[in-house]
Order: sequence, then structure tokens, then C-alpha cells
Amino acid sequence: MSGTAPSLPPLDIARAPGGGEVGSLQSGWRLALREFSRNRLAVVGVATLLFFVLFCFVGPLIYRVNLLNTNLSIASSPPSASHLLGTDNEGIDVLGELMKGGQAALEIGFFSAIMAIVIGSLYGAISGLVGGIADSVLMRVVDVLLSIPFLFVVLIVAVRYGASVLSLSLILGAFTWLVPARLVRGEVLTLKVRDFVAAARIAGSGRWRLINRHLLPNAFSVIIVNVTFNVADAILAVAYLGFLGFGLHYPNYDWGDLLSNGTDYLQDGYWWLIYPAGICIVLTVMACNLIGDALRDALDVRVRRR
Amino acid sequence: MTVYLLRRCGTSIVVIIGISIFTFLLLHTVYPSPARVVLGQRASLAAIAQWNRVNGFAGSVFQQYWHYMYGVLHGNLGYSFKLNQSVVALFDERWARSAYLSGASLLLALLIAIPLGIYQAVKRNSLGDNVATSLAFTAYAMPDFLLYLIAIQIFALTFRVLGYEASQSTSLLTVMGDWRDMTLPIVCLALLIVAGFSRYMRSAAMDTLAQDYIKAARAKGLPERLVLYRHLLRNACLPMITLVGLSIPALLAGNLIAEFVFNFNGLGLLFYNSLQNEDYPILLAYTLVGAVLTVLGNLLADVALTVADPRIRLT
Repeated sequence: MSGTAPSLPPLDIARAPGGGEVGSLQSGWRLALREFSRNRLAVVGVATLLFFVLFCFVGPLIYRVNLLNTNLSIASSPPSASHLLGTDNEGIDVLGELMKGGQAALEIGFFSAIMAIVIGSLYGAISGLVGGIADSVLMRVVDVLLSIPFLFVVLIVAVRYGASVLSLSLILGAFTWLVPARLVRGEVLTLKVRDFVAAARIAGSGRWRLINRHLLPNAFSVIIVNVTFNVADAILAVAYLGFLGFGLHYPNYDWGDLLSNGTDYLQDGYWWLIYPAGICIVLTVMACNLIGDALRDALDVRVRRR
Repeated sequence: MTVYLLRRCGTSIVVIIGISIFTFLLLHTVYPSPARVVLGQRASLAAIAQWNRVNGFAGSVFQQYWHYMYGVLHGNLGYSFKLNQSVVALFDERWARSAYLSGASLLLALLIAIPLGIYQAVKRNSLGDNVATSLAFTAYAMPDFLLYLIAIQIFALTFRVLGYEASQSTSLLTVMGDWRDMTLPIVCLALLIVAGFSRYMRSAAMDTLAQDYIKAARAKGLPERLVLYRHLLRNACLPMITLVGLSIPALLAGNLIAEFVFNFNGLGLLFYNSLQNEDYPILLAYTLVGAVLTVLGNLLADVALTVADPRIRLT
């Protein structure tokens, strides 16, 4: 990454917004994008994730079924023309439930990842920039929270305070910002001794402006890779909660709840209650991991080529 | 070396104190006092205040934290009023079974992951490597319970060769002898660990293969088998030491799901039952124990690494 940032005209740096639109002024991002789209697995990952977003949020508009009223006369019926993936033990269409369950999983994954990035990058940037005793104290806090098995705490809080999309996103976000914080701190430590940061400081930038305009946009590649893994972890964690029976409260549910409901019928051979939900979880999580891996490789190229 | 060890232990103690503060604050927030549970719904406020005073639930947060820490340091992890037993006694009945499940699957996972990673590194980009990578990637994205359910479906319900439930015996020796019921939980848990480990092992082995001493060993005409056994194996295994140390939280969480699905009466199932009973003293005690184990695991891994790899010089 060395050497490019100082050569940019200062006016452009000043105009660079929060980080999302820097692509147009740094050729490195275009390079990374090209590398990313050449990676076949990455394209598969993006396509899968896109498919599931459409499946969950647009699907219910096309595939209209009644998800509220039980109908015991058709309970646990196998896949047929009227119910493409059969019905559950209350006669509700499984495909429709999968769409609705996926909404919760994707929303929680997305919100908690956003929260993790915002908290993590600010915390890491402040810790790295301030340095000294404050830095050690802030990082020991991260050490403490990292050594606590977070699934346990998420379960305890979910049991005590109830689980909704918002509360689960908050709890998961509150425990997943730790790794981004460490990564961003590491990145800031190497960035803050660079000339362009010194130049910005001499030009009179305050700490906030330094973090916001100069450090975070440059640490963005580390953050973006981590986000995709965070989304995957959050979707898995929600599935665990749902499977153990401490997930979202009815009428909200996610894929884990559906799967857990299906396990009662494992011996009856009602496969459509278990495996479709399982496949949804695996494919979504795998898509996020594939995108993350490919992004890491692509951004690595960006760093290498410079 | 001594200085490094002392400093490393020092940070660990600081982190453990931080963990105790965190678990105390969480317990204090979600479950301020068990007085109402102990004394019943009709207890007078005066009686509750009296009970709180006697049992250390009154006074400032600092006094209560001190009382809690005093108990923990004297081996008192709390008292479950719902089960009317001390948490230590409850853990004491179950920890050996959980340790057996985790230990056996971790050992099996290492026995699979190390040769597999070396094989993948040596036969890089071959069909076998690609198949193993895809399988590991799938298992890595798979929630634990899905693998367990598939395994139960195939091996216990369709073919009926293995039990669908883990051993229910209270004696560890019987549990260990009951291979028919213990195979599924141990092997499944091991496979999930392998999914996480094998990718690291593959890249570690690939890094080692590129080293000059491997080239030298090959150049002097050593058979490939000896190159792999004598020169590659030990060096490529070094990152696994760190990885095993870091895997403790995942092992504990894995135990929770595995013991729930296979109905194995260990610490994980105790945690699950306590979640249902909202038995917070047990939940927080287990969180504390898990966190401390994690710190100790990391510390031990760091120390073990300096012993195993004399090239590491820490100051």
C-alpha cells in the first residue's frame, strides 16, 4: 500500500467520503474488483448470497402462501404441486416458512455485522491512535471479552431478556466487534507513522478527522473482509439459538427454529422439515465465507501490485 | 525466557480478573439476588433484606464483588437454589464425561487433520486435495447439529449400526467402554474440529515444504517418506499447538450442542437445562470456568510453543 496515498491530490482525499465510494479515486480498488470477479468461487458466492436475498425478501411477494393459519388436515404432507416443499406439523407451507425464516437470519447477520464494524473500527482506531496506557487498557478489555465463550453469554442474555431481531443483532454485534477492533488497531499502528498522516496532522486535522478521513478509509480493506465472516458467524449463532429453542419468539423464527421443529420427525422420515432449512443455512454461510476468502485474496493483490 | 513467562502470566492474571468482573457484573445484572427464590413469594421485604445481608447480596457493588471473588477463590462457584446443590458439586459429577468427549474428539481430530493437511500440501491441487478442501469448507459452514442429525439419520436410524443417543452411564469407565453409543458424538465432533484445523495444517505444511532444509534433505537423497516424517511433520505441527490452545471456546460450545443432541449428561447438557430453568448461578459459573480455561489454554499453548520450537526467542 506504500506510497500511493501521499501521491494523491489532497483535494481528493478531503472529498473522499466515509469509505464506501473511494473506488473511483483509487485504482487499487478497481484492481481488487477485477481480481475478485476473476475468482470463480467468489462469483459463485456472490450469486448464492444474492439468490438468498431475493429468495427471502422478494420470494414471498411471488410465492404467496398462508403462514398464519394452521391446517391440521394437511399436516406434515410431503412435497406436492400445491406445497412445493411440503408442509410442517401444523400444515403450514415449508417453502414459505423458509423464506420468512431467512429474512430474520439475513437481517440479524447484516445488522450485527454493521454494528461490529462501526464499534470495532472506531474502538480499534482510537486505541491505535492514542497509544500508551489507554491503548493497553482498551486492548486488555478486548482480551477479556475475547476469552469469554460468546455463545454462552448470547444464550444467557437471550433467555433473560427475550430475543427479537433487534435484540439478537445488538447482542451479537456487542460480541463480534472484538476481532475487527484488533485488526483495525494493528492497521492504524502501521498507518499512523506514515507521511500522509503526519501531513494531515500538520495541516491541522484533529483526532476525529484523522480517524474518519485518513485512517479508517485506508484500513477499510481489513474491515470489509472481516464483515463477511461476521455475517456468516452471526447467521450460524442465530441458527444455534433457534435450534436450542432460545431463538426468536413466535411469530418470528429463523432457519434454526424450523430445523429444530423438524428433528421431532427424524424417525418418521419427514426429510423436508429438516434438510431444506439445513441446506439454506449451509449455503448462505458458505457463500459469505467464499466472498470473504476471495475478498482477502483480491485485496492482497491490491497490496502486492503497488 | 523467565521474564517473558512472568510477563505472560501477569497479563493472564489481569485478564482473568477482568473476566471475573465481567461475569460478576452480568450475574449482578440478570440475577441480582436469589432471595425471592429461596424465601418464597410471600417473604416480607425485611426478611429478604436480612437474607441478602447475611449472604452477601447487600451493600455496594464493590462489596458484593468482593464477596463473590472471596467465594470463587475459596472454591465456591455459587449455589443453585433450583437444584439445591452447590455448583461445584454439580460440575464435579459431570466434568469428567465432558472432558472425555472433548478430549477424545480433539485427539481424533488431530490424528486426522495432521496427516490430511500434509497429504493436501504434498499433493497440492490434486483431486484428493480439492475434495478434502471442499468437504472441509462445507463442514465449516455447517451448523454442528445438522451434521449430528445427518449422522444419526444414516448410522442410527437407517442402518442401525450405532446408537442415536450417547452413553447414559454415570461411570466414566462404562462410558468409555460403550463404543457403540459414543462413536457418533466423538467422530462427528472430531470431523467438525478437523474442518477448522485442516486448512491451517495444509498451509503450514505448504510453508514448511518451501523451506531450504526440506530441499537439502531431498538433495542428499533422503527417501520422500523420511523427508516427510523426520523433517516436515514436526515443523508443520507447530501451528497446531497454538490452534489447540485457541480452540477451547469452540470445544465448549461444540460440547453444548453435541451433548444436547445426543443427550449426554455432561456440563453442556447441564448448561442447557440451566438455561431452561433460568438457573443463573450455574450459567455464569460455567461461563467463568470456560473463560478461565480459554485464558489458561492460550497461556499453555504459548509456553508449549516456546518449548517445542527452540527458534522462538521471546523477551
